Amino acid sequence: MTDIQFALSTPLVSAAAAAPTVASEAPKMAARNLDFFYNGFRALKSVNLDIAEKRVTALIGPSGCGKSTLLRIFNRIYSIYPKLDAKGEVLLDGENILDAKYPLNRLRSKVGMVFQKPVPFPMSIYDNIAYGIRHYEKLSRADMDARVEEALRQGALWDEVKDKMRQSALGLSGGQQQRLCIARAVALKPEVILLDEPTSALDPIATGKIEQLVAELKDHYTIAIVTHNMQQAARCSDFTAFMYLGELIEFGATEILFTKPTKKQTEDYITGRFG
Amino acid sequence: MNASPQPSDHIVKSYDEELKRLTGEIQRMGEIALAQLNAAIAAVMERDSDAATKIAQSDGAIDSLEHEVSHDVVRLLALRQPMARDLREILAALRIAADIERIGDYAANVAKRSIVLNQSAPVQLTYALPRLARLAEGLVRDVLAAYHDNDADRALAAWARDEELDEQYTGLFRELLTYMMEDPRNITPCTHLLFMAKNLERIGDHATNIAENVYFLVHGEHIAQIRRKGDTTAAISGPAAPK
Repeated sequence: MTDIQFALSTPLVSAAAAAPTVASEAPKMAARNLDFFYNGFRALKSVNLDIAEKRVTALIGPSGCGKSTLLRIFNRIYSIYPKLDAKGEVLLDGENILDAKYPLNRLRSKVGMVFQKPVPFPMSIYDNIAYGIRHYEKLSRADMDARVEEALRQGALWDEVKDKMRQSALGLSGGQQQRLCIARAVALKPEVILLDEPTSALDPIATGKIEQLVAELKDHYTIAIVTHNMQQAARCSDFTAFMYLGELIEFGATEILFTKPTKKQTEDYITGRFG
Repeated sequence: MNASPQPSDHIVKSYDEELKRLTGEIQRMGEIALAQLNAAIAAVMERDSDAATKIAQSDGAIDSLEHEVSHDVVRLLALRQPMARDLREILAALRIAADIERIGDYAANVAKRSIVLNQSAPVQLTYALPRLARLAEGLVRDVLAAYHDNDADRALAAWARDEELDEQYTGLFRELLTYMMEDPRNITPCTHLLFMAKNLERIGDHATNIAENVYFLVHGEHIAQIRRKGDTTAAISGPAAPK
């Protein structure tokens, strides 16, 4: 077959056609009629959202829209504060994690979280990773070393810290600290990773490294990311949810949502017209 | 919604000003191209070689406006990172500017050929050309108005009318062919007329491109159906060879 015959016989697949348009049939996580109350104030209003397995789902929206609240419900971190209440369901592999019978330990081992500001523990780089693992597993020294290395490699930090594992993690740069936090989350072999504005305190190079890391991690993990950086949501995610005043306004394939949103509120927000 | 004709203002006012400047440049380009096209046809009709020379020389104004558009588009993409409708607006401006620039070129070509045409005796068919030109000019005027008003329906209507222009062109092609067969002395002027007619037909094609971009700008999707082509000159053959 000549080149031209090959070219003519090969069907064209546009990038838009190849991009996912709907979340997978069986989502890894799903919010069902989810309401959330801060001291009686209704911060989330009947949110229904699917988080597709081994995909990146971005949550965007103006401050106070409920996106971080939603993320924090996904690993029940709110439950440490009084007067907070969630109604409805959040399903993880079909099980309702809001159910008081769902063990918090099990949930936290399955759903890892990384915050806006990197929070390394005041201990060595090695111990930052090993600390969480020791809570769940008893490993030999050699196995623990291997596990720490694996996590740091997945966090794209290994090459930068392999010769100073015993030094304090507080001496790392902001970008390195954030990758350490991701490595720490990954070390527990979670199934879902929640990222709450993970790059808002980082410079563009460190941000680029985190974005590259997210692209690599999604082969193994289901990721939900809250970001105020619209371009970041557009670059990193497969699906995007736009929230406003506690409601999920629009959800869909990222490529569609950022080029041809169907709701005026979404359009106004992503084009910088929100008044 | 996407289809709303005039979106509300940006929070950053200078962004709106930059977008307005861009669309203003396109409008200006369109006005000049239309004026050039009308002047070219008048020069053909009046056998005015001086006017034709001036038209050919003033094509540069459109070219420099196109450069300004390219510059502004690059600037907007780099500084504003446009999304959704803004992105479509900016992409459409870049594409439409390229189409208008070609329309200007074709108008200048028509003027240039008219100078050569004036060196032959007047040909009857010179008068069939204005009809084609009026159709082409009407299309360009319509799509530019559709762009100005964000009017996808008007763009779509103009888009559908290009077929008429193609059919007119095919008719003119046949007539010119007959003329040339009748008297070989007609071959030189008729060939020039043929090229001029082709230029006008191409102007119609660029007008449909603009219509497609206006539609895309407003709706965020491409005109789905494929236009039936009315230009069938590619299939017209000459007289049968003698046995």
